[in-house]
Amino acid sequence: MTEAVTIEARNAVKAFGQGDHVVRALDDVSIQIRKGEFFTLLGPSGCGKTTLLRLIAGFEMPTSGTILLDGADITDLPPNRRPVNTVFQSYALFPHLTVAENVGFGLTMQGRPKAEVKARVDQMLALVKLEPMAGRKTSQLSGGQQQRVALARALAPQPKVLLLDEPLSALDLKLRKEMQVELKRLQTETGITFIFVTHDQEEALTMSDRIGVMSAGKLQQVGSPKEIYTRPVNRFVASFIGETNFLPATVVPGGVKLSTGDVVEVATAAQGTVTLTVRPEQVRIVGAGEAGAIAARVKFNVYFGTDTHCHMALADGTEVVARVQSPASGEAGVVEGTDVGIRFAPGAAQVLED
Amino acid sequence: MSAAEDRLTRQSARNGWLLSAPALVLLMVAAIGPLVIIIIYSFLTPGQYGNVVWDFSLDGWVSILFTRDIFDGTLGLADAHLTIFWRSVSLSIMTTVVAFALGFPTAWFIATRPARQRAMWLFLITIPFWTNLLIRTFAIMEVIRAEGVLNTALLWAGIIETPLAIIYTDVAVLIGMAYVYLPLMVLPLFAAIDRFDMRLLEAGYDLYASRWQVLRRVILPIVKPGIVAGSILVFIPSLGAYVTPRVLGGGKNMMIGNFIELQFLAGRNWPLGAALSVTLLVIVTAALLIYVRAANRGSNPHG
Repeated sequence: MTEAVTIEARNAVKAFGQGDHVVRALDDVSIQIRKGEFFTLLGPSGCGKTTLLRLIAGFEMPTSGTILLDGADITDLPPNRRPVNTVFQSYALFPHLTVAENVGFGLTMQGRPKAEVKARVDQMLALVKLEPMAGRKTSQLSGGQQQRVALARALAPQPKVLLLDEPLSALDLKLRKEMQVELKRLQTETGITFIFVTHDQEEALTMSDRIGVMSAGKLQQVGSPKEIYTRPVNRFVASFIGETNFLPATVVPGGVKLSTGDVVEVATAAQGTVTLTVRPEQVRIVGAGEAGAIAARVKFNVYFGTDTHCHMALADGTEVVARVQSPASGEAGVVEGTDVGIRFAPGAAQVLED
Repeated sequence: MSAAEDRLTRQSARNGWLLSAPALVLLMVAAIGPLVIIIIYSFLTPGQYGNVVWDFSLDGWVSILFTRDIFDGTLGLADAHLTIFWRSVSLSIMTTVVAFALGFPTAWFIATRPARQRAMWLFLITIPFWTNLLIRTFAIMEVIRAEGVLNTALLWAGIIETPLAIIYTDVAVLIGMAYVYLPLMVLPLFAAIDRFDMRLLEAGYDLYASRWQVLRRVILPIVKPGIVAGSILVFIPSLGAYVTPRVLGGGKNMMIGNFIELQFLAGRNWPLGAALSVTLLVIVTAALLIYVRAANRGSNPHG
């Protein structure tokens, strides 16, 4: 992957409403998206991720700030003059046109010669495996097929950036999994920069080269899926992506002291009261009273098949969840009500400033 | 199909006929009956004081297009009649075009208001229907006549120096008919635009279409059923219009409707009036067939 920046937002602000009712859907967001990467904007609904996407597409104008494409300011360009195409959440296929006409729409509007349009449409339909459907009306297609038409239509004009606004949310689980693989394949084959908006953290983790986590109109963290998951910068990111434990602590020399008095060795530059976060799969259950282990009592287990979530309480009542491999049949595993000790895998615990 | 299913199907068909019987009877008596009478009358001889004499004659039909020379009795083409036909058709087409040009932005405006305001705008559109057509037509006359509101305002503003001679011209008839039939264009257009998925506009712009291309390639083809319905609703009554050309066109700018009236009253030529009525019906039907066929061909190039 090259490090060239395709899309850049500088201090983008988008405010809706007037007077006392101004809502900042996007609050001073700056972001750089690299050429050819699969970038995901992840966040809960209303976090501003769709607003950012619409600013890039040109459907909304920023209240302040600039949008750049390959270094050129495109903030004031209308959508039809941006080499950026969108796959809409509702697909927004043209009901009066056939599948082939839908796919060729962008090329026709660009004034490309008929022969070129036809060749490109055939090529796109082959790419999304819909050649037999070329002459059908879009209303005759299933949800998954409509999704493919929407993709082919947006990819046909060979945009510099493809924007995808929660395109998989209307599909059922099985189809969604298929389309995730399909999208990744299309992105690799075409080499086009994808900006994908979703609220589904699993989707984001499995498909993206990089993820931008958003909340309350602000960009919270940008990084690879692994960075986001293992090194969340704040409580929001830690809790929104995956499950985690939060333990109140105070910083002491060489680590942090938990509310139970146990000291956990961890590197931190923070001061005072902090929160220690540990993923459940990084919590090890050991025998009670083992040296260096934190005393805990098993409250209950939740069985998930391959693994079991073991809910425990520390001496002061703080809850900790460990994800352990489910015991083989016939083995008891961790019995409810017993006293145990817990350790954190080396480097797994992380300090978040409050 | 089992015997029980068969019985149910037949029963529901019978109930359907029974339920529609009142409407069917009314249609027979009020529509088909008079039509048959008109067709019969068109083949009879005019009576001296109106009415008809029961002698078969094709004179009614012949005089639609030809006049008999009063001296030597030879047939010549009736230019005046052709002028009236042409004026009727061209004025009706222009009325439809004007009503569409004014009605489409109006319908679009209403359909894009918040849901709560829409009812109010539609209500305002229907207000002209509350008043009698004749009164509305005289109101328009008051606006466009030489000393009327329009001319007074334009003179006062210094835009014109002599009053515009609009009244008693084809333009006056056009203005009047476009005004009277505008709601008939707006309502079906509104219904079509209301169903239009506004997200398609963004899809169009996103795919490099300009505003004009979005209008022509996305909006118009999708709302076409509304355009067809509105045009039919405006064109048909325009072609048979009677009151508006009578009041605003004065006596001389007749349309088919006035010409038919003339034959039944002052002209005392009922067979010609009846033949003209049937001709009007044929023109309307032919125009509709041509229009609907053209509309269908446009929407489905692969069909």
